Amino acid sequence: MLDVRTQAAPIGAPVPTEWTRKDLLDTDTLSADEIALILDTAEGMREVRSRPVAKVATLRGVTVVTLFYEQSTRTRASFEVAAKALGADVVNLTASGSSVEKGESLIDTVRTLEAIGADLLVMRHGKSGAPYLAARNTTAGVINGGDGTHAHPTQALLDLFTMRCHVGDLAGKKVVIVGDVLHSRVARSNLWSLLASGADVTLCGPATLVPRSLHGAAAEEGRCTVSTDFDAALEGADVVMALRMQKERQEKGLIPSLREYIAGYQLNARRLALARPGALVMHPGPMNEGIEISPEVAHGLTSVIEEQVANGVAVRMAILYLMATARHA
Amino acid sequence: MTTLYLGPDELSRTIRRLGHEIVENNHGTEGLVLVGLLSRGYPLARRLGAAIREFEGVEIPVGALDIGLYRDDVTRRGAPPPVRPSDIPGSIDGKTIVLVDDVLFTGRSIRAALDALLDFGRPARVRLAVMVDRGHRELPIRPDFVGKNIPTALVQKVQVRLAEVDGEDGVYVYGEEATHA
Amino acid sequence: MSDRILLRGGRVIDPGANVDAVLDVLVTGGVVARVAAGIEPGGARVIDATGCIVAPGLIDLHTHLREPGFEQKGTIATETLAALRGGFTTVCAMPNTSPTPDSAPTVEAIREIIQRDARVRVLQIGCVTRRREGKDLAELSELAASGCIALSDDGNPVANARLMRHAMELAAALGLPISEHCDEPELSHGGSMNEGRVSERLGLPGQPVAAETTAIARNIALCEMTGARLHIAHVTTARGLDLVSEAKSRGLPVTCEVTPSHLFLTEESVFGTGPEPAYETNAKINPPLRTEADRRALLAGLNAGTIDAIATDHAPHAVEDKLQEFDDAAFGISCIETALASVLTLVERRELDLVTAIRALTFHPARVFAIEARIPGAGRLEPGMSRDVVLLDPGARWTVDPARLASKGKNTPLAGVELTGSVRAVVFDGMLAYELEAAGV
Repeated sequence: MLDVRTQAAPIGAPVPTEWTRKDLLDTDTLSADEIALILDTAEGMREVRSRPVAKVATLRGVTVVTLFYEQSTRTRASFEVAAKALGADVVNLTASGSSVEKGESLIDTVRTLEAIGADLLVMRHGKSGAPYLAARNTTAGVINGGDGTHAHPTQALLDLFTMRCHVGDLAGKKVVIVGDVLHSRVARSNLWSLLASGADVTLCGPATLVPRSLHGAAAEEGRCTVSTDFDAALEGADVVMALRMQKERQEKGLIPSLREYIAGYQLNARRLALARPGALVMHPGPMNEGIEISPEVAHGLTSVIEEQVANGVAVRMAILYLMATARHA
Repeated sequence: MTTLYLGPDELSRTIRRLGHEIVENNHGTEGLVLVGLLSRGYPLARRLGAAIREFEGVEIPVGALDIGLYRDDVTRRGAPPPVRPSDIPGSIDGKTIVLVDDVLFTGRSIRAALDALLDFGRPARVRLAVMVDRGHRELPIRPDFVGKNIPTALVQKVQVRLAEVDGEDGVYVYGEEATHA
Repeated sequence: MSDRILLRGGRVIDPGANVDAVLDVLVTGGVVARVAAGIEPGGARVIDATGCIVAPGLIDLHTHLREPGFEQKGTIATETLAALRGGFTTVCAMPNTSPTPDSAPTVEAIREIIQRDARVRVLQIGCVTRRREGKDLAELSELAASGCIALSDDGNPVANARLMRHAMELAAALGLPISEHCDEPELSHGGSMNEGRVSERLGLPGQPVAAETTAIARNIALCEMTGARLHIAHVTTARGLDLVSEAKSRGLPVTCEVTPSHLFLTEESVFGTGPEPAYETNAKINPPLRTEADRRALLAGLNAGTIDAIATDHAPHAVEDKLQEFDDAAFGISCIETALASVLTLVERRELDLVTAIRALTFHPARVFAIEARIPGAGRLEPGMSRDVVLLDPGARWTVDPARLASKGKNTPLAGVELTGSVRAVVFDGMLAYELEAAGV
């Protein structure tokens, strides 16, 4: 199980393992040791970010390309800040206004970027599995910055890092993820890393937006449950993570109205009181305040939503560092 | 072949002597900060701090410095060095920093430590204290305070073992001395 | 090529005549002349068939030849050669070409290419609606008159129930079967694989089982109403098969087929065998590969005779059609050269009965599209009539290498998979048209 502690790693504690992967595509195959390595390294990176000069030159000469086929401000900016804080060169590409718009295939784009000298490729794509296709066709390391409705591993890892900071050892802790779980890459990647960390996970949302069989083996062990009753699901929760509710779900007939969604699934003060006292409030952002989360909870005492964003830079620095250095192995 | 160069008692005596030298060199404890390199320089720095407190009655700030991100071989080695949080107590501007490490060898770690340290501020001066100087410098770096000079062959290994990290105290040298023709 | 061939000492399986015995088969004068024990060669070329199976030339009710219009994926020349090497001597060409065979002139134009290039017999399936758009009916009587064997809009299900009703009414009068891809598009809605555990795991949009079953139920109801011959293309689900079984038990003129891909593979092929998902686009097929429970139900349905035919749904694609994001990749598997081996491998694993499998590749498909009315002796080894024979080696093991496929489509999820059973020789139209080189085994 994941080596999690109630406090930051003691100064000078040994780091558990080595990073040997070319790519980071999801959390599903990460070992507990690998997760611990990322999070421990992120502790060091968080310290770097707290310095007067919050920047080092470690990845001098390393080129990181962010290749975003989907709009994203937060993730792309977070990766860019992380890469620059490590001294890497960063090139940002978006699908619009590039060769992609001229019909270039994903593989051709990736190979071109490799030829230009990209060492690491951070990729956001609207189609599930696209980074896997890219990773198979380049020697550059590929980091999945979110693919379709499949995975968002760096978000899951920064969420785990944030939880570890506040909750400590996650073994036996209860995490409730509420919202459009079925179409959420954040929920999926969180599920794998949380289960690996020993947490119990409840996936909660309207019947049209929760998976039927995703949790498989974990469900059999009773460690992952699916619920459509948010109030009941909150009982004993140590962490509550609300997901962004997209308006298009209503347009597609998956929910009758946002009003009805709010009535059943908004994380508000009344509901938060049903969870364990002091339960952590999380959200991967961007938030629709007043829809999936009420403003008083989003900015409440136990909300760590802004901290998630800050931790995102540290965790992504850790990932960039491990991948940029390991690929010379 | 393993040779014990310093036993636990000699190690403690050496630390006390280094403490005296540091205070003497600084004309007291004013503005003094001990910064130990991770992993073994840090416990040494703490012990130095404890020794100084004993004979000066003054608590000297002790910090930990991780140099993983500053090494010049990060993207060349097989396994990247681990990255751990540094812990520098307060501002170092205008202070006298004594970097503390276990073994001084090529000097590259100290070069990295200087870069790392200067990211935290602008100290008045930086000194270097090491438990062992084994020679073979590759950079123009010279220690100010040395526990023990141990001439070694390149193939040999020097280890400062500390109870906090290794469960015991002692300075060991492994391997044969080179036979000079 | 030799036109006097004696296949000596093979296990002759001719399900249409209930023959399953070690016999000799003499082909001469363009037809199967005799099926008997101890035939004297009399100058014929003798092929030792000991340990092999001698069967009627295989018939595929569902083939995509890609020409005209998509020659980068396949041509009539390449895909009929692939069919020949796969043991198929008669293939029914689906109308998803460009132009689509929705009128007699197009059918005629395609027939000219077929007559020039085809290596096996090609029977044309005409469109149900113009340009397969599901809006206006094609001129069905003209298509019937131009020789179309059946009607289908192929991968475009006729979504409009009223239009399908009228198509069936007209088809019934013409005596043509309608081969329908049974799918309710509002339910399958952009799905790129089976909806279930694997699709949820991979974050891919899924096609639920109900998309197939509701369409099968609707089309059976329309079949009952109109009396048309309804052929359900590639049934993939256990529940869908139940509906077919029930319709058959009530005596409705319903038949169905299953693909070797759905018999051999499941949705797990999309995930692949590694710890990380493969998003294997070569396993992307429409209707999608389903669950192991479905696969077992299909095998049971075939063994029980509920499923009439094994049809390949051979769908060759160019490399770039598959080397894409999973959602964007084309549907389809190039399988006409692996179909028989997949089936014989299932026989070897005792999942499938051999004679049933041969029947579903010969006699039954001939009956489903009434092919024998046009090609005397098709799907059988009828002396004086039948013109096609295959010689199969049921014990030969080989590993699928896409580069060695004759088809332009290298899109097979079976690359590197060892199969049992190969086509040793094919007699087409009374001539020895293909013989496996010994080195190729």
